[in-house]
Amino acid sequence: MSIDTETAATQPEGSDAPPARTYRKARGGGGDTVFTTVSQVLLIIWSALVILPFVYTLLASFKTSSEIFASPFALPEKPQWENYVRTWTESGIGRAMINSIIVVGSALVVVMLLGAMCAYVLARFEFPFRRAIYYLMLAGLTFPVFLAVVPLFFIMQNFGLLGTLPGLSLTYVAFALPFTVFFLYSFFQQLPQEIAEAAAIDGAGEWTTFFRVMLPMAKPGLAAIAIFNFLGLWNQFILPVALNPRPENYVLPQVMAAIAGSANYEIDYGALFAAIVIVVLPVLVIYVIFQRQLQGSVSQGTNK
Amino acid sequence: MTAADTTTTRRAASPRGSGTPRRRRHRLTFDKVSFMVVFLGVPLAVYAVFVLSPFVQACYFALTRWSGFDPNPEFIGFENFVRLFQDQTFLKALGNNVILLVVIPPVTIFLALVLATIVTMGGPTRGQIRGIKGAGFYRVVSFFPYVVPAIAIGLMWLMIFDPSSGPVNSVLTAIGLDQFQSYPWLGRVLTAMPVTIFVIVWAFVGFYMILFVAAIKGIPSEIYEAARIDGAGRWRTLWSVTLPQVRSNVQTAWIYLGIFALDAFVYLQALNANGGPENSTLVMGQYLYRTAFTKNQFGMATATGVVMAIITLAFAALVFLVNHLTGGSEKEERR
Repeated sequence: MSIDTETAATQPEGSDAPPARTYRKARGGGGDTVFTTVSQVLLIIWSALVILPFVYTLLASFKTSSEIFASPFALPEKPQWENYVRTWTESGIGRAMINSIIVVGSALVVVMLLGAMCAYVLARFEFPFRRAIYYLMLAGLTFPVFLAVVPLFFIMQNFGLLGTLPGLSLTYVAFALPFTVFFLYSFFQQLPQEIAEAAAIDGAGEWTTFFRVMLPMAKPGLAAIAIFNFLGLWNQFILPVALNPRPENYVLPQVMAAIAGSANYEIDYGALFAAIVIVVLPVLVIYVIFQRQLQGSVSQGTNK
Repeated sequence: MTAADTTTTRRAASPRGSGTPRRRRHRLTFDKVSFMVVFLGVPLAVYAVFVLSPFVQACYFALTRWSGFDPNPEFIGFENFVRLFQDQTFLKALGNNVILLVVIPPVTIFLALVLATIVTMGGPTRGQIRGIKGAGFYRVVSFFPYVVPAIAIGLMWLMIFDPSSGPVNSVLTAIGLDQFQSYPWLGRVLTAMPVTIFVIVWAFVGFYMILFVAAIKGIPSEIYEAARIDGAGRWRTLWSVTLPQVRSNVQTAWIYLGIFALDAFVYLQALNANGGPENSTLVMGQYLYRTAFTKNQFGMATATGVVMAIITLAFAALVFLVNHLTGGSEKEERR
């Protein structure tokens, strides 16, 4: 299109071309505006489709049941904070929130440490079966978790870990490990060899080199995979549902599932919406704070 | 990059390396042995016990009759699989997963590609190629469904499609469609599956849109400028420049979405925990869960898991094969 405009500007004397040129020029400009407008409209519809359900949920969480039935997008007469109080005390969501923080928090720290250690050794040392171990790790990424669930149930039972928070945390670590190793492997491979050698000359042992030199250098990669793992584990569903049967140890997704399962009966609408908000809001806040790093890490991790 | 690095590592570890610091790396000191044992041993032990061994055990349990209480499951060969494929409920669940597998990836990828194209190249065709106004905002918003727990998304939409209180029905009744007064969207065979698919696509489009945005931004702008000079319009550019360049990303997305569609447990559990009207939204994951944890038929349940795994791997292989046969990504890039 820019070429067209140039031609039009440099050759104003052409006798047979002008009609065609003006036609093309007009179409170019008009088409642009139309296209941009259509694009904007599409994107606005899409954004509305994403945002409105959340807005509706937020509004409904402050309404009485009769207000929820009356009109979907009207503001509540008077904000019903009681909904939040009821859901926090009655549905066990408060307890589940604490359990989730404990399980996901500890699993995150452990998987980052173990994942970094494993990826570092695999990426920077030469030893027998190195490739085989790496591919064995990758294999864990390809099989569906469902295949493992039943035997895992009995393994946990035999260890006395079934239904306990440390047990659940340990399975989270195990299942987040392959992707963490896979992601950090290429990261450690790219770190320059000279620095490790310099550290060795300075008398640093392998332990010191890893914790004082390599780990700090891998910080951007660690941050990206940490955010990624946090979301994955916080949203993890099948593992707790299958391996964590005791209601007092429920994590957030399980409480939500229990609420969804009972949604066909007599329900406390306001409290239900409040429960959704309690689960959604912290994640959205964390996301908005870290959104730049997260979007970066997602495209990095999957475009490789 | 990778190859070069590997050779460096290998040279460093080789005993013939002349530099003293390099040779020191190879000597088996307590420091080095303890380091390797801990750094490799601990993660591998956790991985072997909680990930690998269940997978391996599953292959054996699938061939047994096992209630979970007797210590020695009875070996029955392939009987579980035979019974599985004679069970109408399982076949229904398998069929539903296949519907999800056929519908979700193409629909999600198409919408994601359209949105990604608009966001990155929706700007004017004159001057520098640039994105549309407000692109940053749209990208942030699009990612919302990805970060929210899937079960919460399912529950949210369950309430939105609620027959008596949901906004969908109140809006439809408000514009005069009285037949939707208290229409149970998830309770009718006709609409349960489409609504489920809608919710899943809604949850995934934004994520893949962000992936494609990143991929499109990675395409050198010279290629676009060249296409523009050659007189390619928007559609032509999209079809002949963008699509071939993001082909490998589309393949990855197709595999991820397909693997997800063969699972889909979370959303189905939220929207219709009991399998929906006449099992119209029952999926294999729910069937497995039910067989294992309510019927205590653990041999049968692991057999279901094996079938799921085989279908998943076969699907991934198929995507690679199709992509290869239709002219794989490398060839396309070189042209």
